[in-house]
Amino acid sequence: MDTYSFLRELADSWVLLALTCFFIGTIVWSFRPGSRKTHEDTADIPFRNETIPTPPEQEDGK
Amino acid sequence: MNYVKLLVLSIVILFAAMGINFARDLAYQVHATLILFIAAGMFIWVLRRTDEPVVQVDSNGYMDGVVRAGVIATGFWGVVGFLVGVIIALQLAFPVLNLDWAQPFANFGRLRPLHTSAVIFAFGGNALIMSSFYIVQRTCGARLWGGNLSWFVFWGYNLFIVLAATGYLLGATQSKEYAEPEWYIDIWLTIVWVAFLVVFMGTIFTRRERHIYVANWFLLSFIVTVAMLHVVNNLSIPVSFWGSKSVQVFAGVQDAMTQWWYGHNAVGFFLTAGFLGMMYYFVPKQAGRPVFSYKLSIIHFWALIFLYIWAGPHHLHYTALPDWAATLGMVFSIILWMPSWGGMINGLMTLQGAWDKLRTDPIIRMMVVSLAFYGMSTFEGPMMSIRAVNSLSHYTDWTIGHVHSGALGWNGMITFGALYFLTPKLWGRTAMYSMSAINWHFWLATIGIVLYASSMWVSGIMEGLMWREVDAQGFLVNSFADTVTAKFPMYVVRALGGVMYLTGALIMVWNMWMTIRGGQKVAAPVGIPAE
Repeated sequence: MDTYSFLRELADSWVLLALTCFFIGTIVWSFRPGSRKTHEDTADIPFRNETIPTPPEQEDGK
Repeated sequence: MNYVKLLVLSIVILFAAMGINFARDLAYQVHATLILFIAAGMFIWVLRRTDEPVVQVDSNGYMDGVVRAGVIATGFWGVVGFLVGVIIALQLAFPVLNLDWAQPFANFGRLRPLHTSAVIFAFGGNALIMSSFYIVQRTCGARLWGGNLSWFVFWGYNLFIVLAATGYLLGATQSKEYAEPEWYIDIWLTIVWVAFLVVFMGTIFTRRERHIYVANWFLLSFIVTVAMLHVVNNLSIPVSFWGSKSVQVFAGVQDAMTQWWYGHNAVGFFLTAGFLGMMYYFVPKQAGRPVFSYKLSIIHFWALIFLYIWAGPHHLHYTALPDWAATLGMVFSIILWMPSWGGMINGLMTLQGAWDKLRTDPIIRMMVVSLAFYGMSTFEGPMMSIRAVNSLSHYTDWTIGHVHSGALGWNGMITFGALYFLTPKLWGRTAMYSMSAINWHFWLATIGIVLYASSMWVSGIMEGLMWREVDAQGFLVNSFADTVTAKFPMYVVRALGGVMYLTGALIMVWNMWMTIRGGQKVAAPVGIPAE
């Protein structure tokens, strides 16, 4: 089988499956239990560290 | 270290001087001269600092100097790009403006890529680079990584723009839409872009926050994908080392497919993903509340990334491209509507509970209008990618109207919002110099876009219908020149819309200038209810 046909077949089957699974996986993962707290914390990042970088000893930044 | 720099610079000077001598075309010669002078200036600058005591820079705070430079460059290139746009809009309405004495440099054909590159890459690119530098530092809680490398990115990118722009005027182009610069400019941009990626990744790696904020995901995908697109689409072999002409590696339909894979993803990852990164930072900041749904932003990101990359073939309906490829592009473009609107809703709903700010804060108003235009053009785009609609809209002014509602409405307005947000912050002022000037800018820009988009819709659909009109015997009713005559009033309205948009930008630049100069005459009414 020449390279083109091989790659075409691979793309149409396993790679397509893998990418679809990855995509669905990211959505499922974002709805995992306990993600709400993480997401709320992450969504607040823009409201910290406005003027100076976080000092090394104060990692939560608040 | 300085000795190495001096050595490298003298080699560059030598090659530039040889380039001036051996140049096979004018563009190459001018560029070699330009590089000779820049390298010579840098040589003297480095030489004067050699064996002098090194000035220690305070490296504890954020690195904002390069962001300030980026803000100024964005304002400057914005005005240049809009001005050239107004000129070519007037040239289309009044062909006599292709002035005889300025030929061949200032004809429509050479000014048009100058306009598109100036607004997309100079205005948009500088806006993206400066806001990614600003956002990545704040959301990582870390100083920009790599020291002066970010300055190299800024100056290197602006040198790329100057080379590209002068190249177009002097006739150096590889005739690929949005990828016109010739081979040596492409190589230079690749170097600059890799440095950009290194600075951005380095800052993310040294972050103090546990999580990577969603804006950085969008910005990172923009940087990585643009690098990939740029390298693949610009695979070409120069005819001579001493000339600007190059020959593409791909040919025929493969070349067309590569070009529109690049072209559409330049829209998708430069003008959409990158600007969404700005949106996910500046809209929450200006509204003073976190993004409506962080979950939705994650889904928005992955859906956009997975779908956009396939949408390119919709530019090649009814061409030599196989039907299955065109259909694939069309289907993915239509699916893309969903994540786009998910993102728009996410941005708009961030204002939930703060809608009153629309009344008092012209900056948030700009951001909301920008999201509204994002929603409009991401609905219009999928619709136009449908083969049947495309048979009417393709090659007409409808496409130009669509592009401008996206570029002026979405990219322009969010950038203006970001500039109004950043200018007072970066120069330590409490607010912009004049709030009423922002209001003027807002209305001029909005009405300008509406005039532009609606005149192009009318003109495009009319033109499309005229082209396909046949009489009872099956003969075409209109000649091409008939459509050109019929479009004249719409072209004048379009130019008027452009003039209004440009006026708004000039007001913004004046306002920024006064803010930076430190004028504080008008107190900021932001956040204070009217009446």
